Amino acid sequence: MSYLRAVWLFAAKDLKTELRSREQVVTLLFFALLMLVVFNFAFDFTIIDFTTLGAGILWVCFIFSGVLALNRSFQIEREQDRIQGILLAPIDRSAFYLGKVAATVVVMSAVEAILVPLSVILFNFQFSDRIGIAIAVLILNTIGFAAVGTLFAAMTTRTRRGELLLPLLLFPATVPIALAAVKSTTHVLAGRPFARYSSWIGLSCAYDLIFLAAAVLLFDHVMEE
Amino acid sequence: MAIAARGLGKDYGPIAALDDVTLDIPAGQHVVLLGPNGAGKSTLLRLLATLALPSAGTLTLLGQDATRGDRLALLRRLGVVSHQTFLYDHLTALENLVLYARLYGLGHPGRVAASALEDAGLRGRAADQVRTFSRGMQQRLAIARALLHDPDIVLLDEPFTGLDRASGDALESRLRSERGRRTCVLSTHDFDRGLRCADRVVVLAAGRLVADRPAAGLDAARLLALFREATGQADPGGRA
Repeated sequence: MSYLRAVWLFAAKDLKTELRSREQVVTLLFFALLMLVVFNFAFDFTIIDFTTLGAGILWVCFIFSGVLALNRSFQIEREQDRIQGILLAPIDRSAFYLGKVAATVVVMSAVEAILVPLSVILFNFQFSDRIGIAIAVLILNTIGFAAVGTLFAAMTTRTRRGELLLPLLLFPATVPIALAAVKSTTHVLAGRPFARYSSWIGLSCAYDLIFLAAAVLLFDHVMEE
Repeated sequence: MAIAARGLGKDYGPIAALDDVTLDIPAGQHVVLLGPNGAGKSTLLRLLATLALPSAGTLTLLGQDATRGDRLALLRRLGVVSHQTFLYDHLTALENLVLYARLYGLGHPGRVAASALEDAGLRGRAADQVRTFSRGMQQRLAIARALLHDPDIVLLDEPFTGLDRASGDALESRLRSERGRRTCVLSTHDFDRGLRCADRVVVLAAGRLVADRPAAGLDAARLLALFREATGQADPGGRA
C-alpha cells in the first residue's frame, strides 16, 4: 500500500468515526462557543475595536478547543488498546501521524468555520473582502498547531495523566505558531496590506514544515516503548 | 524454528519484567504460557510481537532477527489477539476488517473481510457497528482481524478474559482448529482451556522460565501441581 493511501486510510477512519459519534466536534464547539460568549461579556466592544483583541480571542478559542481535540483523538486509540493494533500493522508509523494531523486539521477547521461567522455576528465586525486570506491564515496556523499537537499527544498518550501533561508540553512549544497566528490574523482583520504580515506568514510556513518533517522522522521513535 | 529466544530479558527501569528466558518453538506448535500475575507473560508476548525491544538477549522470529532488519515484513507474518479487541466501536464489523485488510496490503480487502466474517459466524452482523456487539462477538471479530492476513505466528494474550462459557468454547474450538497450521503462543489463567489448546506448557514466575513440559500426559490436576511447584503460587490467578 502506498504511503499516501495509508495516510488517507487513517484520516478517513478518524473522520468516519467522528461523523458517527460527533463527540469531538460537539465538545469542541460548545467549549469554544462558551469562551466566545465569556469574552463577549468581558470586553465592551462598543469601546474596544475588535481588530485589536479579536485575533487573540479567536486563537485562544481555537487553541484550547484544539487541545481537547488532540486528547480525544488519542483517547480513542487508547481505548481497547487500538494503538497496538495500528503499531502491529506493517506500515510506516509516520503515516498514522500524518493521518491524525489531517483529521485534527479537518475537525478544528470545522469548528473554526462555525466560530468565525458567529464571532462576526457577536462582535459586529466585517472582513468580507479578506475572506480568502483569512481562510489561508487559519488553515496554515491550524496545520502548525495540529502538527506539533499530534506529536506531543502521541508522546503523552501512553503515560499516566497524559491529558494533563499534554497542555504542559504543548503550550510552550506552540508559542511561535500562536504568536504568528495572532499577529497575522490581527493584520488580516484590520485589513492591512500583505507585506505588513508576510513575515508572520513565513514563520507559520517554516514552523509547519519543520514540525511536520521532524515529526515524520521522529514518530517511529516516539511510539517505541 | 518459528520462534527462537536466547537469554531474553526486558527491564522497566530497575524492574526486570523478564530475565534470561530461552525458548525454542517449532513451526506449527501451540504453546500455552502460564504464570501468576506479573510473571512476565504479557512482556514476553510484547517482545514476540515486536512491540517492545528486549533489554538483553536475542530473538529470532521466522528466521529473522526481530530487533533488526525488515520489521514490516515480519509484522505481515504476525497476528496478535489480546483481551482488548483493537476494534473501532463506531465502525461496522466489515469496515473494521476492511481497514485492517488495507493496512496489511491485502488484495480485494472487501472480499477478504467478508470471508473472514463468514468464518467468524458474523456475516449477518457485517453492517452493524462494533459497539452493538456482545463481548463474545467482539472477541470473535478480534480473532478474525488477527487471522485476516493468514499470519504464521499468532500471539494471544489472555484471550479468554471476560468471555462467557459459550464464547470461550467457540474461541477454544477455533484455536484447536489452528493446531499444526500456524504457531500459537497463548497466555491464560485458565488451565483447562490452556491445556486443551496447547502442545506444550511453559510456566513463568518473576520473569523467569521455571517449567517447560509437553502438554501430552498432563491433566489439570498435574498441571496445577506443576504450577504450584514451579511458582510457589496456590493458583493461576496469583493468589498465594
